[in-house]
Amino acid sequence: MESLIELKDVYYRYQEQEDEDWVLENIDLEITAGEFIAIVGHNGSGKSTLAKLLNGILLPTQGEVRVGGKVTTEQEDLWQLRQQLGIVFQNPDNQLVANIVEEDVAFGPENLGLPSAEIRKRVDEALRLVGMTDFARAAPHKLSGGQKQRVAIAGVIAMRPDCLVFDEPTAMLDPQGRQEVVETVEHLNRQEGLTVIYITHFMEEIINADRILVFADGKVELAATPKELFTKVDKLRDLALDIPQITELAYQLSESGLDIDTNIFTSTELVEELCLLK
Amino acid sequence: MLNDIMIGQYLDRNSIVHALDPRVKILLVILFVISLFISTTLIAYSLLGIFIIVSTLLAKIEFRYILRSLKPLIFIISFTLIIHLFLTKGGEVLWQWRFLSIEEEGLNLGLFMAVRLIFLITFTSLLTLTTSPLELTDGLERLLEPFRKVGVPAHELAMMMTIALRFIPTLLSEAEKILKAQKARGADFESGNLIQKAKSLIPLLVPLFVSAFRRADDLALAMEARCYRGGKGRTRMNELHLAAKDYVIGILVTVFLLTIVILS
Ligand SMILES: Nc1ncnc2c1ncn2[C@@H]1O[C@H](COP(=O)(O)OP(=O)(O)OP(=O)(O)O)[C@@H](O)[C@H]1O
Ligand SMILES: [Mg+2]
Repeated sequence: MESLIELKDVYYRYQEQEDEDWVLENIDLEITAGEFIAIVGHNGSGKSTLAKLLNGILLPTQGEVRVGGKVTTEQEDLWQLRQQLGIVFQNPDNQLVANIVEEDVAFGPENLGLPSAEIRKRVDEALRLVGMTDFARAAPHKLSGGQKQRVAIAGVIAMRPDCLVFDEPTAMLDPQGRQEVVETVEHLNRQEGLTVIYITHFMEEIINADRILVFADGKVELAATPKELFTKVDKLRDLALDIPQITELAYQLSESGLDIDTNIFTSTELVEELCLLK
Repeated sequence: MLNDIMIGQYLDRNSIVHALDPRVKILLVILFVISLFISTTLIAYSLLGIFIIVSTLLAKIEFRYILRSLKPLIFIISFTLIIHLFLTKGGEVLWQWRFLSIEEEGLNLGLFMAVRLIFLITFTSLLTLTTSPLELTDGLERLLEPFRKVGVPAHELAMMMTIALRFIPTLLSEAEKILKAQKARGADFESGNLIQKAKSLIPLLVPLFVSAFRRADDLALAMEARCYRGGKGRTRMNELHLAAKDYVIGILVTVFLLTIVILS
């Protein structure tokens, strides 16, 4: 299949000095349409920098980034590229522009210069997709964190992108809000066929990803499916990353002599596995 | 409570005044203010007063909301009245005590000025009571658009107002949070003289400013990621359209106000 996003030999640093360390180093990446890619990595490993490279907010120092065949350095294609690849950021408060939910969702399509009727249609559709239709006329500051973040997602999907990038969308939310956002993201990927790049610190959120990329010091240290990755418990510890609590529990049980599979992500799976024990 | 202050005093009602195009409303308010300052006769003022009452009734706004809008300005109104009462001289002496006296001219002018202020405030607050902040911003943007050529940044001003409306509640609740956090660390915001009090605000303002700048940074990034590139080529979901009723009401009210001005 044709790849939607392509990074070729990308290097990036914020300062232009020769002796400056690379923030991203030798990144080669291909992402096909419809994939759910998760990115994890310690603080400062370059995840947010990568997100900003994807839509041309930052331009690679070396190498090239392509989205849907368009290079991010091509100024003329930039707006079309940003329509195609939307980003949802960490702080839900700091990405909503208008003081009424539906007006905020309309912000992106308005910037694209679409006719009013088309904007209306897209706004209603986007709000429905994130389950926020009932709050269309509400003021953002009266919503919960999870609801605000869903409005932010609606604002991006109203532009009808092919790919959504999430930069730690749940970092500032309570467990309930996190759940809402993760469910919305998975729905958009599975039902709507959107390509998703999901940056997070919470391993529990990405057990359904197609691929997980582990970043360390600006390099892709590991690339694996969730099943493969979470069995590498020691390796993950070295990289200062958590694994899902249930997987960790299964791992420790097997370490201490119980004969169970460590390839476990949910409590139901663990219960079943334990019941099989003699 | 703090949060609701800035969202304006807009009251959502289903009335003909609410349904009027914001541009028409803004222009009529300006026209009203001008007529108010030109007219001087009792008849003119009675007519303007009746006009305010009728508009309020049509807007389905209870009078207590109108009166409430006067509250913050009671001081200025009474001040104007008192100054004129005692300082404007002329005509019959109505009341005298030692060197203080109230004369006819003073009473007339004082009352006249007070009524003028009251009319001014009540009618303009009728605008904010019946027009949502969003409509107001849209209306202003469209009204200022023709002046773009002479350098009035119409779109930018409107965008600034929109963002201010969006972030004032956020910043207010953040200020509250910081206030509590500093109090918990023993900061004292209440005692001392004025200078000490002003100084004690520093631990509140510094974090607030830092966070406001960080928010601004984030917001700019998010807006750019959503293809924002200024007002050029931008369309709106809710375009303003002048309907027949806007023209009819606009013309009728204009004629009414002009008649008052000419008569007086
Ligand atoms: N605007 C900037 N100017 C200079 N250096 C920066 C800038 N933004 C980030 N950096 C540096 O680049 C490196 C990578 O930062 P980045 O924000 O991409 O990390 P991250 O993986 O997103 O971390 P986190 O998990 O904390 O969000 C860090 O060392 C950081 O200090
Ligand atoms: Mg980051």
